[in-house]
Amino acid sequence: MPPAYIPLLLFSLLVLAFPVVTLIVFKYLRPGSRGGPAKFQPYECGILPETSTRGRYFARFYIIAMLFMILNVETIFLFPWAVLFRGWLAAHLAAFALLPMFVFLGVLLVGYVWLYKKGALDLA
Amino acid sequence: MSPMLHSILAFVQTWWVELLCAVLIVLVVPLIAVYIVLVERKAMADMRARLGPMRVGPHGLLQPIADALKLLFKEDLIPDNADQFIFWLAPVLSMTAALTSMGAVAIGPWFQVARDINIGLLFVVGVGALGPFGIVLGGWASNNHYSIIGALRSTAQLISYETTAGFALVSGFLLAGTLNVRAIVETQRTDQAWYVFLAPVGFFTYLIAWIAETNRAPFDLPEAESELVAGYMTEYSGFRWSLYFLAEYANMIVVASVGTTLFLGGWLRPFPNVRWLAGLDAAPTLLLAAVGAYCVFRAGKQPARAQSMFMWAVAFGCFVVAAIFTLALPFSHLPLERMHDGLYGAFWFLLKVSAYIYIFMWLRFTLPRFRFDQLMRLGWHILIPLALVNVVDVGIALALSSEFGINRWVAMVITTAATLGAAMLLLHWNDKYAAAASAALLTDSSIAEDTHAG
Repeated sequence: MPPAYIPLLLFSLLVLAFPVVTLIVFKYLRPGSRGGPAKFQPYECGILPETSTRGRYFARFYIIAMLFMILNVETIFLFPWAVLFRGWLAAHLAAFALLPMFVFLGVLLVGYVWLYKKGALDLA
Repeated sequence: MSPMLHSILAFVQTWWVELLCAVLIVLVVPLIAVYIVLVERKAMADMRARLGPMRVGPHGLLQPIADALKLLFKEDLIPDNADQFIFWLAPVLSMTAALTSMGAVAIGPWFQVARDINIGLLFVVGVGALGPFGIVLGGWASNNHYSIIGALRSTAQLISYETTAGFALVSGFLLAGTLNVRAIVETQRTDQAWYVFLAPVGFFTYLIAWIAETNRAPFDLPEAESELVAGYMTEYSGFRWSLYFLAEYANMIVVASVGTTLFLGGWLRPFPNVRWLAGLDAAPTLLLAAVGAYCVFRAGKQPARAQSMFMWAVAFGCFVVAAIFTLALPFSHLPLERMHDGLYGAFWFLLKVSAYIYIFMWLRFTLPRFRFDQLMRLGWHILIPLALVNVVDVGIALALSSEFGINRWVAMVITTAATLGAAMLLLHWNDKYAAAASAALLTDSSIAEDTHAG
């Protein structure tokens, strides 16, 4: 590990300790809990829940998750390209810098238009 | 034991600024977050012609402390059929993700936990992306219908806008050519322009996408009070609830810091290369002295002696910090230049971050909440293609100015006009499409009785 990351590691441990220590310390400092079993029912505006929440959900959320995977992987490919871009321009490699990414984005654009037409991007 | 002690001492000697920063961030950011809440309530009250909190301390200045104490001592309920461990873990995860991403943010040129790590903003984005896990796990573990619906909505919203947020960052990285926070700011100094002027559409998409990512109004559907009680936080009370709350505000600070670093020139003062505007360096001293003088002026008018003493203390603090700034002023080229640069950089950085956070609040008080299908349509149909077109256009502008010698401002105007044209087309298509979709919904007999659908 490069040494610059060691303070970052200590920092993240410190950050993790903040909520954990506060939760544990105040568990013993605060006054105890009072009240009957009704208090520990799920809060659904006073109506007793009739069904479990561990059921089925709207399938559209699954499509959204898949589209997110595709597009976010695309973003990951864009990051190194963006970082190297100005270096390529300085070396007069503009066509080399632009064209492959245009082809890549063009392929994705075709897919995007197809999804648009199919209505996969709507949640309504 | 002794060699180990030695190596620890050597480590502390090398990294004491970073370690100090780490401790300060953990201690101060939650405090700043609760004071942002106070500022938000005051600004909201002002826009609605009310006074806001006035009771605790002069002008309600101690209200956040009182709120924090109340929340710490509040009863802490865990519902019987909740998943105990995940219920416990989820808010901790949200809070940790939000605060850890502060580690790579640089507050001025010298105050940064992870100094000169070359992945810089990538670390912020990567760690920040753990936040949605806290939300979805919290909603699932609560075992409550409102919670699970809120968590699902929230997850769908966060992942939809994450892509736009990534593309907006890419348009900034194209201009900066690096992910290192310090290098990004220094490139803006050598380029003699904040990137908000070279990639205005990039900044615009960044602003919108990250408002949605932080679950702030007008995109605060996950916690829509009027329909979902409190969304994924419904079952949370006391300190666990305030952990979610702190995470939201810490996220706001991170987003504002990243936006400031990448698009608003970081810790550079306006026009850092213009010699005759060096008078702007007096701004921190003057601003703090003005705040102190106002506190002195108000101190005599407080109703109680304790309150006027508090005002005097605030005024004294302002004057002390103003004096520190004045004393550091002559050292811009001497051995103490680090102190000078660090102090003044931190001032400009925090000023820009505050302005950015004020925009968050302003939008919250001005705009009504989106409906869920409107939110998804804005994200998928308009913002994602717009941000993508913007990435391509920023690349073309850079290529035009370096290959064909076109002035970069001319190239910027041409490509921005192209991007805006694309945005107009997208809006036009979306309008046609939305009208057709609504008509189809209305003729669908199965939901004909629900007149509010579509």
